[in-house]
Amino acid sequence: MKIDSIQDGVVLDHIKAGKSMDIYKYLHLDKLDCSVAIIKNVRSGRLGKKDIIKIDSPMEVDLDVLGYIDPDITVNIIRNGVRVEKKHLALPEKLVNVIHCKNPRCITTAESQLPAIFLLSDAQKRSYRCAYCEAEKTRRV
Amino acid sequence: MRNLIDVTDLSVAEIDELIATAEDMIAEPDKYAQVCRGKQLATLFFEPSTRTRLSFESAMLSLGGSVLGFSEANSSSTAKGETVGDTVHTVSCYVDIVAMRHPKEGAPYAAAQYSEVPIINAGDGGHNHPTQTLTDLLTIHREKGRLDNLTVGFCGDLKFGRTVHSLVNALSRQKGINFVFISPEELKMPAYIKENTLDKNGLSYEETASLEEAMPKLDILYMTRVQKERFFNEADYIRLKDTYVLDPEKLETAKKDLCILHPLPRVNEISIAVDSDPRACYWKQVKNGKFIRMALIMKLLELQL
Ligand SMILES: [Zn+2]
Repeated sequence: MKIDSIQDGVVLDHIKAGKSMDIYKYLHLDKLDCSVAIIKNVRSGRLGKKDIIKIDSPMEVDLDVLGYIDPDITVNIIRNGVRVEKKHLALPEKLVNVIHCKNPRCITTAESQLPAIFLLSDAQKRSYRCAYCEAEKTRRV
Repeated sequence: MRNLIDVTDLSVAEIDELIATAEDMIAEPDKYAQVCRGKQLATLFFEPSTRTRLSFESAMLSLGGSVLGFSEANSSSTAKGETVGDTVHTVSCYVDIVAMRHPKEGAPYAAAQYSEVPIINAGDGGHNHPTQTLTDLLTIHREKGRLDNLTVGFCGDLKFGRTVHSLVNALSRQKGINFVFISPEELKMPAYIKENTLDKNGLSYEETASLEEAMPKLDILYMTRVQKERFFNEADYIRLKDTYVLDPEKLETAKKDLCILHPLPRVNEISIAVDSDPRACYWKQVKNGKFIRMALIMKLLELQL
């Protein structure tokens, strides 16, 4: 794949420099068959340096996961070599199976098949609480 | 269908309504004696608590309903590795309403996702115990005629005491509450409650280590026990459990109409000599616990008189 020319795919832009591998992991991009380019430390006016991920497949990106990791990332949808949509992210109100509760007294640590549900508790602090035990988790990525 | 997992699942208006119903039940219990005829309550106690279980069972029986259930996980399917969701789902196929207690935090929330009938959280580990909070609110209302404009002292284990956290939370929705937190340094009210519940709502509170100093200004004194299982170290427990023992001498400077509450069981934090003081309301609290549970069962079953 030529990095500049995706035909049908997704470009994740304005990733904080150094964070692209976390996103690769959270979005399970290792499971994809198509080519995925991770471009690190690109010079950018806004952030100084940034990372970019280009995915050469018209996949549905989990915007909730991305919004949780970093709501400043922009998601560009490419069709026939042209950007058809630019999505801005928001902190999701609810996260399902994105992060997991570390509270040893929580029912989700005893019964791991339960969906891990977190609810946004403080948007400024970007903190979430486990819907079961209310243990707090502040965005760490 | 409604559940009661956390006391804030109920609005302030709904709590007022429950208190009004419970007060009517206390005044005229006969009126309610058949309200739940033909209805069944399951008490699923994955962790034993005889006092809470009997309160729920007595509440349902007083409404003319019937009860079934189990106490202790090893007598149930949990011992065979069944999930709490499956156990509660199964039982919810038989009964009309479930009261459950579980040692794991959030277990009632998990169960509610699978239940076909309303779930009442009867205590989930150190997390929530909403019917205790409703009991406390009913008792304050009966003794003071209001839930607002009160100076409320909390004494003892304010760090781990879930009944304290939950009552602070519920009272923070009322107007004009002055909180006084009385505890040793090691057992102070957690910062997240002060920040998220009190500071955020602009509520005033003071912290002190001295029960004597706080006593004269209190309208309500909520005593708690220091629980042994919260400590890793026996010596720390022994030292802290005797920090505050309420006795007639300490009550000398208290208001004449002080109302002393305790979620019970007590260990030694209220001396037996205080029991005969008219300001001791903790036995009334036990009685009120049954009536507020009756009101709650009626509400969640959507039954009218
Ligand atoms: Zn949890």
